[in-house]
Amino acid sequence: MRNYDEETLALLLRTLSAAPEAWVKAAQEIPLARRGLDDIVERARADQAFREALIADTENTLEGAGYDHDPTLLDAVRERFSS
Amino acid sequence: MPVAETDAQLVARCRSGDDDAWRELVDRFSRYVYAISVQAFRLPEADAEDVFQEVFARAYENLPKLRNDAAIRPWLAQLTRRLCLDTIRAGAREQPGEIPEPSGVDDTIATLDEALFIHDALATLSSNCREILDRFFAQDESYRLIGDALDLPAGTIASRISRCLVKLRTELEGRNPVPAESGG
Repeated sequence: MRNYDEETLALLLRTLSAAPEAWVKAAQEIPLARRGLDDIVERARADQAFREALIADTENTLEGAGYDHDPTLLDAVRERFSS
Repeated sequence: MPVAETDAQLVARCRSGDDDAWRELVDRFSRYVYAISVQAFRLPEADAEDVFQEVFARAYENLPKLRNDAAIRPWLAQLTRRLCLDTIRAGAREQPGEIPEPSGVDDTIATLDEALFIHDALATLSSNCREILDRFFAQDESYRLIGDALDLPAGTIASRISRCLVKLRTELEGRNPVPAESGG
């Protein structure tokens, strides 16, 4: 068992700085991307009517577009188009 | 005191399709993957970002094939290392001959393994200690900034850091560093 003095601990704590937040978020969204988030965002960029419908009523618009009900995906889409 | 979930437990939850577990896994290893690419391989940010996303994309795809759930850390290290090398080689395609790894990669990764071990122990401390130590050491914030963020008098931050380091040392006394076993 190594003896960790304060100096060593400080050095090791400094070694692991946080990755950029946007990178982490993108990696965390991989499962959502695989379930269609990327396609939805892409379509909303290309289709203004779809985008507006998505903002007005995310759940029904997705259902109408053939996506299975998925609360996590729904939240992610809402978050993406909330601003 | 919170008890941290083991890597194997976390991987098992990811494999069952738990999105929260996946977010946690990315959170747990993001600093490690990032540090390998920028510290061990000294990749520029743009390349490091590509490697970072590719590592987690491949990890997500291949998680079901991982033979030993507890070996997720060395497996990610190996994957990151390979992708960093591919990136360096792709950038030097016009140059003939084999492109070697930068010197000191093994030593840097060994240090990062140890740093991750410390970071894991940090996760078992109170949220206050975690915040203070992470902000001061990993994010390089001043006493004043930490005090403002956590609503604490700046004059007490130094003593709090010292107390939290003692707690961290105590936590580490009961642990053995994880050996650098091979994954896959």
